[in-house]
Amino acid sequence: MLEHDVLIVGAGLAGMRAAVAAHERGANVAVISKVHPVRSHSNAAQGGINAALTDRGDDWTDHAFDTVKGSDYLADQDAIEVMCSEAGDDIISLEHMGVIFNRDENGHLGTRAFGGQQKARTFFVADFTGQAILHVLYEQLMESKVKVYEEWFVLSLIIEDGECCGVTAIEIATGRVYVIRAKTVIMCTGGVGRLFEPSTNGLIVTGDGMALAYRAGAPLMDMEMIQYHPTTLKGSGVLITEGARGEGAYLLNKSGDRFMEKYAPNMMELASRDVVSRAGQTEINEDRGIDGCVLLDCRHLGEQLIKERLTEILSIGRDFAGIDIIKEPIPIRPGMHYIMGGIKSDIDGKTSVPGLYATGECACVSVHGGNRLGANSLLDTVVFGRRAGHHAAEVSKQMEYKKIDVKSQIKKTEMDLQKLLDRDNVGERWANVRTDLGVEIDKHFGVFRTESGMQSLKESLAEFKARYDNCSVQDKGRIFNTDLIFTLELGYMLDCAEAITLSGIERKESRGAHSRIDYPQRDDDNWLKHVLVTKTPEGPLLTHLPVTITSWEPQERKY
Amino acid sequence: MQVNISIKRHNPSAPDNNTYWEDFDLTMNDTASVLDALIKIREDVDGSLSVRCSCRSAICGSCAMRVNGHAKLACNTKLSDVIDADGRVTVEPAGVMPVIKDLVVDQTLFWDKVKQISPWLQPDGPEPEGEYIAPNSAMMDLAGVMNCIMCGACVSDCTVLEIDKDFIGPAALAKAYRFVNDPRDDQTQSRLIELNEITGIWDCTRCFECVEVCPKGVAPMERIMSLRESAMEQGLDKTVGARHADAFTDSVAHSGWLNELLLPLKTFGMFNLGAMMGLAPIGLRALLRGKMPSIFHRSVPNVHRIRRLVKKIEENE
Repeated sequence: MLEHDVLIVGAGLAGMRAAVAAHERGANVAVISKVHPVRSHSNAAQGGINAALTDRGDDWTDHAFDTVKGSDYLADQDAIEVMCSEAGDDIISLEHMGVIFNRDENGHLGTRAFGGQQKARTFFVADFTGQAILHVLYEQLMESKVKVYEEWFVLSLIIEDGECCGVTAIEIATGRVYVIRAKTVIMCTGGVGRLFEPSTNGLIVTGDGMALAYRAGAPLMDMEMIQYHPTTLKGSGVLITEGARGEGAYLLNKSGDRFMEKYAPNMMELASRDVVSRAGQTEINEDRGIDGCVLLDCRHLGEQLIKERLTEILSIGRDFAGIDIIKEPIPIRPGMHYIMGGIKSDIDGKTSVPGLYATGECACVSVHGGNRLGANSLLDTVVFGRRAGHHAAEVSKQMEYKKIDVKSQIKKTEMDLQKLLDRDNVGERWANVRTDLGVEIDKHFGVFRTESGMQSLKESLAEFKARYDNCSVQDKGRIFNTDLIFTLELGYMLDCAEAITLSGIERKESRGAHSRIDYPQRDDDNWLKHVLVTKTPEGPLLTHLPVTITSWEPQERKY
Repeated sequence: MQVNISIKRHNPSAPDNNTYWEDFDLTMNDTASVLDALIKIREDVDGSLSVRCSCRSAICGSCAMRVNGHAKLACNTKLSDVIDADGRVTVEPAGVMPVIKDLVVDQTLFWDKVKQISPWLQPDGPEPEGEYIAPNSAMMDLAGVMNCIMCGACVSDCTVLEIDKDFIGPAALAKAYRFVNDPRDDQTQSRLIELNEITGIWDCTRCFECVEVCPKGVAPMERIMSLRESAMEQGLDKTVGARHADAFTDSVAHSGWLNELLLPLKTFGMFNLGAMMGLAPIGLRALLRGKMPSIFHRSVPNVHRIRRLVKKIEENE
């Protein structure tokens, strides 16, 4: 019997940070991930990680306020206080583990400016900060010899007497099904980017953890809050880091004007992401763009700075757009990037299902509210990953393993899989359904939204589900059957789509990334609250929770 | 753009003769990558094609494979750069590692080698309260290696690993460079002692293949050469490789060119009878084919100019 005190699903930054923390506390910990840990999508975080270090003359309460304001006052301020006050120690411990942050002239950690913040407090490794941290955390896993179930795909959470006590999973390389028993399970599976077409997210980002938790009865919170990143590459939708604007790059329309002057005269290109994305999309919609895009201009930054601090986007420009960013502006447009919502969890990662934790992008603590600040996502993963790992490890010490009927679990799972494999080869391909769904949801859940658009999406979701139920898996084998995995992932994405759509229709105001043409104002009297969706036998149930306010009363939001 | 993509497939579930080439004719955009073509095949044509991929932007390292016989990331390889005049291109799994299915290889060997070099920071003494103080230039030098996405392209095409699976290999040695040169790490000496062993830094044949195929500019071979220098600077010069390098330099510094007869004697040691016996057949063959170097090793004309160059280099160091 495979069993662990703490089982972590997902091996990105949140998952590996949780694993290191749980191992530190003496727990028998394992990580299960559908890809090798260093393939995780945390890799793609380019710009950096925020922290207010007091010895640099910064103050964590300033960082907290910037985050509250960035969230359009939807985030829970007690959670933000935890994140911002502990940020400094977490950056230092990453450095001690071996992350090679860029330094200032005195050899101390250097910073760069990022959007929506009063001070430059973003620590970075060139423009591959996520990769640099991810690989170091994997080094820590190798040192501690934590068990990693590499390329195992989780099929369900096992719930006994209302408590989460393990998972069923398929080992992709063999196609064999297993039960892994665990005293606590931490979901660290990231976002749901591939639900949108296009998206900056990797093909593996399919909302698995959110859907698994949702199916197990845990509520999903603020799922309507989808971040469109202001600068994604024309065509492929590849991310161009906010670090470029942090280093001083301009946004230009077709007349060559820095259009942010109109929308955010003080912060200009470094206003919050929702603000910049709305500005860019408005320019495009009002015919001041070029071919559905606006321009990101790095030319004046000079070759040396670009080569030293923006290496990744220099090669992205070359490889994916055929342009030299030293000499030419980059055609960009807002593109789906991140989800602020997720599995409702507290500051220790606990969800409403005993034994089940969630942290990182798949969770909603909530520290990002209606709009996440750039470089706060990495911080979220390491602070709350660590906290969840510690908490789960301590709790597991007091717990016994629950009894699980392994045989019947495996038998049932095998039967479900076989049923899927046995479908005739006449059905539609999962890829068709996924692409159509992605285009549809991008159309109605993009930068601007309307009641009628979201309602029509709600109606078409039923059709998408029917099409999904008719999909056929062409690969009938068991060994490395990715056709089967992608089909299962599409099922997860449809669950997330349901929660996103219902939450979006529910919130009748404009706040953060949820920008409604029919309700253009923020409405604190009625909507200063979270929207939650819970799966019940009677169908999805919508409820609300108040926002926690500690020090910062809602104000008008200007940049 | 019309493309004919020929894929080396492997189906482990089929009873026999389960490795075969299969051609696919596709219409692709002019800017499409090899990965775009593979995704199109698995989505629209044949769902049983297995290929690892995720980010599509050369950062996750999933899609290393051989395109026209050389390791590349499928995602940042444009079809238009690799097809021939008839639109043909071949794709096969990465080398050295065993194939699981189609383009998916078992990377256990790759990771075992990485683990072999103790790839984690090992400072001595208590941690400082704040960060370690380190010059930015040193960190940026390491960034050139941290840039490695562990895709395995270099391992796939390493000509030493092809015949000797014990070689630590380019990716793991590049990673070792990162720790040896990290000013925060205090195990430099013990790391270099380990790397100096057989299967380590001296087993690289400097074929440049890893430098050629690395999609991130890590240049593993150059890192290995730098590790050799570090080892010799640390006084670790008792290996065959180090003596070989020394003998080579001495000969050139003295006579302006290589004394091929003296090189093996100095490398292996005059009294290393085993090694000398091992070399005898080579010597004999060289003699029979008239390729035995002269016993009298003459200096090249104007050798004083070479000696002057050597002196200048030594002064600069």
